[in-house]
Amino acid sequence: MSAMISTTGHMALEISGVTKQFVKSDGFRWPWKRDGNGRKPVVAVDHVSLHVQRGEVFGILGPNGSGKSTLVRCIATLLLPDEGCISVFGHDVLREEMAVKRLINRVSVEASFFKKLTPMENLIYGARLYGVGARQARERALEVLQRLGLKREAIFRPMEEMSRGMQQKVAIARAFLTQPILLLLDEPTTGLDPRSKREVQAFLEELRDTHDATILLTTHDMQEADALCDRIAILDEGQIVALDTPAGLKALVPRSNGHEPTLEDVFMELTGKRLVKEVDE
Amino acid sequence: MTQLVNEICASYAFVERNFNLVKRYWGWEVVWLAYSIANALSITFIGAGAEAVTGQAIDTNHMILYLLVGTLVWHYLAVVFDNVSEMIAWERWEGTIEYTFMAPISRFTHMVGQTLFSVVYGLLHTGIILGVVALFFQLDLSRANLFGGVLTLVAGSLSFIGLGIVASVLPLLFPERGAQMTHVIQALLLLVSGVYFPVSVLPEWMQPLARLSPATYVLEGMRSALLDGASSGTLLSTLSRLVLIGVIAIPVGLAVFRQAEKYAKCTGKLKRSG
Repeated sequence: MSAMISTTGHMALEISGVTKQFVKSDGFRWPWKRDGNGRKPVVAVDHVSLHVQRGEVFGILGPNGSGKSTLVRCIATLLLPDEGCISVFGHDVLREEMAVKRLINRVSVEASFFKKLTPMENLIYGARLYGVGARQARERALEVLQRLGLKREAIFRPMEEMSRGMQQKVAIARAFLTQPILLLLDEPTTGLDPRSKREVQAFLEELRDTHDATILLTTHDMQEADALCDRIAILDEGQIVALDTPAGLKALVPRSNGHEPTLEDVFMELTGKRLVKEVDE
Repeated sequence: MTQLVNEICASYAFVERNFNLVKRYWGWEVVWLAYSIANALSITFIGAGAEAVTGQAIDTNHMILYLLVGTLVWHYLAVVFDNVSEMIAWERWEGTIEYTFMAPISRFTHMVGQTLFSVVYGLLHTGIILGVVALFFQLDLSRANLFGGVLTLVAGSLSFIGLGIVASVLPLLFPERGAQMTHVIQALLLLVSGVYFPVSVLPEWMQPLARLSPATYVLEGMRSALLDGASSGTLLSTLSRLVLIGVIAIPVGLAVFRQAEKYAKCTGKLKRSG
């Protein structure tokens, strides 16, 4: 699918000054009133700029509500930014929405499926929407699902009978089936048991090493980010507070008790102040 | 050409997915079918009992057919309307809405797939109900123009697809109660369209509303074809009126939906929880 869209000579992802705010509703409001009837808007993403190179695994870390998922939704054409622009391989997400859609796919924290359908039925449905034929989708799905550790019989049983970890693996297979050049992974391993998490991470490493895929990964798992990401941005209150390689980020924090700082130390140092402030209040 | 094949393939994805879901929710389908049959029979028995209730001589066969056409046509149109208007509510409930909206397909392709399923499902469902109800009554269809009836139903589907697309905007804009709001539209159409009674018995101020409802024309056409045996030529004006309403309603529905989608993407309402 993505082969038909030009992807040469461009940065995989360019985000420039993107801002997104929401008006939290606590009751009725007229749908056409954009100002939220005088309610104060909440800024979810605040003038974020970054770029991701082709083939790079780029991580976004941040506390809950820091704007990670909102930013991913803006890239995935599911939200329209209020300000700024986003382009995927040179294609603007607003002006060339369809071209961008062909180049990307997304795995979110919730494995969203038709739960009564089997993984195979869900995957064939998803693949058809991306122009992949049923036979090709079936063959690839079997291969990927088995690679991710799903037993053959589970592939033909309703999704509702599967554990969350299994469902998340099917979600990754769904995204992989369409062969996206930019893969958006929004907390793909959150809530998975250690074994499932390890299997998913191994698959992502394999994907990074063997396929022409650029990956944008949001996660709360510092070890995962450290192991998988080439560069990491830390987002807090919608703003990027640091952006560097894992080693570069660790260099921002002084050694304590003779130990090398971890990404968790960096995360706490750069976003932890708010926690203290909230407790004080 | 490749693009066209992809769009057809994508439309078929919705048809296949929905029939797979029908298979998996078979328990619900049985209950829904039983309810629909019981409902159709209850209404049709009113016709069978009209003579006993009024104590006056009535053309019972005509009365039964009059009510049967009303209940079947309404059932079919309601199924088409429900399936089209609930496509958003359903996906929101399953949590798949963002994945469908992220897919590289036009909204037209999405709607074609959903409406194709709705029409086929509606025809199958209504056919089964007709088959069962026919076992209870000695229906005299010797004068009926069955082909004209089917033509009228198909032409009427177009306008109901358009209305359904407009109604599907409600679950998009109001994630919590939008699906229920679509029932208000159905209730109003049921009231003014002369489903179980002639439009002429409505208060004068309501009668112009009946002329705005495509269901009124579908019912008039169906009754002319099945009760009076009107030829397809005679039905031409009704058919062209229905096609015209459909040709206007579908693009208008799509345009309204596009605006609603844009609004939902601005405000974050595509998200499952709204």
